[in-house]
Amino acid sequence: MSFKITVVPIDADARKRELTQGTTGACVTFEGWVRNHNEGESVQALEYEAHVPVAEKEGAKILAEAKAKFAIEDAICEHRIGKLAIGDCAVWVGVTAAHRGAAFDACRYIIDETKARVPIWKKEHYTSGVTGWVNCATR
Amino acid sequence: MIAVTARYFAAFRERAGRDREELTTAARTAAELYGELASRHGFADSMTRCKVAINDELASWDVELTAGDEVLFFPPVAGG
Repeated sequence: MSFKITVVPIDADARKRELTQGTTGACVTFEGWVRNHNEGESVQALEYEAHVPVAEKEGAKILAEAKAKFAIEDAICEHRIGKLAIGDCAVWVGVTAAHRGAAFDACRYIIDETKARVPIWKKEHYTSGVTGWVNCATR
Repeated sequence: MIAVTARYFAAFRERAGRDREELTTAARTAAELYGELASRHGFADSMTRCKVAINDELASWDVELTAGDEVLFFPPVAGG
């Protein structure tokens, strides 16, 4: 099990090879990609920032919770930070289990909790030249 | 009054125009300190949507501050 923040592009194939195999009957993966629009605005690029020590601690906690709640064998989550282009993979989650149900459920749990709890922030660069922090109040 | 270090991230850092500052404060809890700093720097996010960490451990807003604490203010998160 590992939760990592990375500044280099995510190597999904390499992460997948790290997951437990042999006893495993199911592998569910999720990739979050940078899309070119959000809430009616046209997005040119995204910048992610994290506070790495707390992010990796909270991420490890989420993986441990997933392992306790669902019958899974292994789980990995990697989140990229820095400036990302449209189509880049921002976050990757991979879960293995004996059976698919637990793998799907745990994968969903990990990405949902990561988005809600881990100190990672996203700044959108709009084609209009303006920038905005997602989810933050503006005044 | 106690001396603490406040650290700001993402939108808070941009709003405050700095990533940290040394403070002497009468605030007893993280919540009281957020209130003080929100009015000074114009942080508009409700505390319930933000998070606080003390010395790199996530904490609850009502935790009491100790001299020398490093208090990290996290605006609403948006990973994924």
